[in-house]
This record gives sequence, C-alpha cells and structure tokens, in this order.
Amino acid sequence: MIRMNNVSKIYRMGEEAVHALDKATMEIQDGEFVAIIGPSGSGKSTMMNIIGCLDIADSGEYVLDGQSIDDYSEEELAGIRNRKLGFVFQNFNLLSKLSALENVELPLVYQGVHGRERKKRAVQALTKMGLADRIHHKPSELSGGQQQRVAIARALVTNPSLILADEPTGNLDQATGIEIMQLFHDLNSQGNTIVLITHDARIAAQAGRRIRMLDGHVMIEEENT
Amino acid sequence: MIFQSFRMAFSSILSNKMRSFLTMLGIIIGVVAVVVLVSLVNGATNSVTSQIQGLGSDLLTVNITSKGSKALTMGEVEQLADDYDSIGATAPSMTQNAAAKHGTNTYSATIQGTTSSYETIGGLSLLYGRFLKTPDIGDSTAVAVVGVDVADELFGTRQIVGQSISVSGRSFLVIGVLNESTSAFGGSDGKMIIPYTLAQRIFKQSDVTSYYVTARDSNSVDAAQTDLTTAMMRKFNQDADAFSITNQAAILDTMASVMSTMTLLLGGIAGISLLVGGIGIMNIMLVSVAERTREIGIRKAIGAGRKRILSQFLIESLVISVLGGFIGILVSWGILAIVSAIASMSFAMTGSVIALAVGFCMFVGVVFGLYPASKASKLQPIQALRMD
Repeated sequence: MIRMNNVSKIYRMGEEAVHALDKATMEIQDGEFVAIIGPSGSGKSTMMNIIGCLDIADSGEYVLDGQSIDDYSEEELAGIRNRKLGFVFQNFNLLSKLSALENVELPLVYQGVHGRERKKRAVQALTKMGLADRIHHKPSELSGGQQQRVAIARALVTNPSLILADEPTGNLDQATGIEIMQLFHDLNSQGNTIVLITHDARIAAQAGRRIRMLDGHVMIEEENT
Repeated sequence: MIFQSFRMAFSSILSNKMRSFLTMLGIIIGVVAVVVLVSLVNGATNSVTSQIQGLGSDLLTVNITSKGSKALTMGEVEQLADDYDSIGATAPSMTQNAAAKHGTNTYSATIQGTTSSYETIGGLSLLYGRFLKTPDIGDSTAVAVVGVDVADELFGTRQIVGQSISVSGRSFLVIGVLNESTSAFGGSDGKMIIPYTLAQRIFKQSDVTSYYVTARDSNSVDAAQTDLTTAMMRKFNQDADAFSITNQAAILDTMASVMSTMTLLLGGIAGISLLVGGIGIMNIMLVSVAERTREIGIRKAIGAGRKRILSQFLIESLVISVLGGFIGILVSWGILAIVSAIASMSFAMTGSVIALAVGFCMFVGVVFGLYPASKASKLQPIQALRMD
C-alpha cells in the first residue's frame, strides 16, 4: 500500500523554484492497477521518482508498504528499491552487454541470492513472459516487445510490492503495446500492484483507476465505471 | 557476490578489448621496467659478487705508493709469511703490457712477474704443463705460463708447452697453459706469467710496488690486515701514506652498497613509469564512468547501492592493473631469459621482485581507481537514468 500525504518537491532551476510536486496527497491499495496521467511538466515524473524511492520528498509523508520513506540514506533507499519495487521503463533500460537471463538475475545478485536459486527464479520469470527460448539472447538480438518483456521479468523476479511502469508502451508499435498492456492486466489479476505513468489517455483508460496530475497537484482521482 | 563482481569486471574489460589493452600497456611497461631493471642489477650484483668471492675473500692487496728511499724487496715480502701466523702466503706482482710474438703472430699480452705462490693466491689451475717453481724464480729462467687467449692467438692451439714466445727480443719457453678463467676480474686468459726476478730485470724495476697476501684462513683476514699494517708501518717509518692495503671483503661491501643504490635508483625511475600507467587507468576509468552513466543509473534503480557500484568499478580497475601486472611479469620473464642467453649470465626474477611488482600494481589499481569509482557511486539514479 502507498500513501502520500502533502508531499512537496521543489527543484531549483537557477533563480526560479519549480514546484514539481505541491502538497500531493493520494493512496494506492494493494492489488490495484493505477495510471498516473498528465501532460509533460505536470509532475508525474517526480511523482514516479518519489514512489520509486529514486528521490526523496522535501516535505510531507510517503509511506510504502507500511514503511515511512523519510531520511533514508542512499544505501538504504537502494535496498528498498531492490526488495519492494520493480521498474519498467519506456526505453527498457536493459544492460546491453548482458544476456536476457543475466539482466533478470541482476536484482537478485544485489539481493545476494546465490547462483542456482538465482538462475532458477530468473528463468521462471522469463518463462512467465514467454521468453523461455530467448534467455541467452542479448537485448540487441531481441525485438522491442521482447526487450520490454525481459524488463518486466526483471521487475517481477524479486516479487516486489509494486511494479512501477513509466510509459512502458511509448517505444513500441501499437500491436506490441497492446500485448504488453495485456501482460500488465494478467499480472494485476494475479495480485500484483501496478502503477502506470503515461500521458496517453487510451493506455490510461485500461487501468482500474486514474490519478490525474497538473502543475504538481493531484487533480482528480477517477474510478473506472 | 565477489565472484559475480569479477565476472562483470572481466566482461566489461573484454567488451572493449583495444581500450583495455592500451590501458594495461601502461601498467605492462611499468612492470617490465621495474622487474627487468631490478633483476638485471640483481643478476649483475650476484655475478660480480660471486666473481670477487671466487678470488677469495681472504685476499689482501698491498700497493706501495712511497717514492722514498726505503724500498721493499722480494725477500721482505716473502718473509712476511714466516713472521706472522695470520698470513698464509704472499706473492709480489708487477704487470706491464707488451707485445708477445710467435712467428708472424703478435698478441698484446699482460706480462705479470710473480712467484710460485701466486698459483694458489690467484686461484689458478693449469690446463697443460706446470706453474712457476721456486728454482725458476731464483735462476730467473726465461720461462712463461700463459693464458688460453695468448695460446689461441699466437698458436691457434692450446697445447703449446715446449714452444717459445718472444717478448721484446727475449725468448720464453712455455712451461704451462692456464685453464680458462671463470672470473671477469683479473682474468688470466690474456696473461703471460714469468718469474718475478726476470720481470724486475726486463721492466728495470727492482722495488716491490705491489703484492698479494692471503690470510691463513677466512677467520684471520682481519688479523692479517692488522699484522700487515704493523709491518708496513714499521717498514715505512710510520708513514701511513706510503702504502695501501685493499681488503677484498671491503670491496664487496662497497659493491653491495653501490648496487643497492643502483637498484633503488632504477627501481624508482621504473616506478615512475608505473605511476604514469596508473594515471592512464584513472583516465580510462573516468571515461568509462561517463560512458556508462546510464548503466550505473539502471543498476542503482534496480537496487545497487553505492558500495556495490564503488566495488564494481574498483574491481574493474584492479583487474586491469593486476592483469597488466601479470602480463608484465610474463614479458619480463621472456626478456630476462633472452638477456641471460645473450649475456651468458643468469638474471633470475626473484619472488620478492614479483611480489613487489604485483603489490605495486594492486596499489596503483586501487589508488587510481578510487576516484573514478567513487564518482560513479555518487551519481544520482534519476540524473543517471535521464542520460541518453
């Protein structure tokens, strides 16, 4: 479960202070599929960074999984990202020198999971994504959709509390985008909590709930009917 | 985890082979310079030391510098061995270069006049014939014992006992040929040894200006030197400037200190090249960190902490430098093997030199890898991810 209470984040651009987040308040329950939408500059990226523990709020309270994320050291934040969060990025962000399997193994390496167990779990995650026959391929040898599925497998492999997807279909053609969205639906129905950040209304429409952002404020929370 | 880090370091090094090799080259050259130079000096020191020791560390050389009226005679020199228990043997010596001839062949030989006891003092052994004997000295017989170079150059063969060699119009009967010398110092190969009394006449010099003394055994060298000093002081009216006594052990000590200074100097210069190699590593690691900003961002996003990133880059620079070190040691081994073959001397790498080189490489790898690695570890994940 995620809870944000009056979270603010201010960036200084020279003389000017930009309120990337201005007293944002919201809640996401376990098992939800939520889309955060808004035009660029609306603060949704900052929202994602804070949800993803890549950044810390200047003020306000952010609680992830019952744990208040505040005043943590970088080292501790890295640990929280590793154990509780799975990231899926627009441009996949796979390590090009590593094979699909090694990419998926990486979060487990940082968790200190040992060789055989690590490989078993990585292969499981890749198989779940329908990539069992591609595990030794490098990202450059895979199509965009396959790369995104490797990235999803990497996000899933640690059994995170939350999967955070930032424009996951942005670099994919429409058909592949639909496939990937279907994967998120499947994962959600299996009980995974998913937060999708997008500016695409059609993609957002597929989520169970939408949080609209504008100028650093959380505007409307719409339920799907 | 450590294994995983090393594997990652290797794959990163392999993914950019040319660059990694060029970076390593700095370290390789540095290590080769250190190992080869230090080993060469060590080898030369050992060889020179063993040669000096081969001459006998119980050997004392006395040179008379006095031009005064008090002249030292051959008899007085021989008397020393009887007068002092500490002294084993004495042999006066005078040398001069002269052209030795046989038929049409000429060789510039070192003519040495001495006595029969020089055979043991100089550690000589004979290939053919015999050495000078006491009657030869007493009678000033025109006989000569020659080194192998003299025999080779004048006769083209070494079995020349019974032949004659002429020096400035005098004819000498060859009574012995010396074995090839193993020592580079005072090498006897180019010598033509004749009775001392005859040399006095030929060189027109009756005073003894130089003679060798051996102690009775290696424990009495100091005593022999003290006794010799006493005797010479008495002879030259307490004039310490009239003579000088050189102790072989003292020469060894001097040698050792000169050589260790040399080692330090050369090692230091070579160490500087290793340092330059280290700067090369730092440079490349900084480029690598800049290039891999995105990778660092990804790693951080999926849970790599600062320590992980720091150790990853540190291990990478360590692997480069230590790998370079090992290649350098292999290359040095090859160079030393070649030099040893050419110079027919043995230049072995000692374990301590290898340990020093590897240790220094690790030091360089860590020191010059630390700054780039810490720079990498301090990258903010959001900023790093934003890079394209």
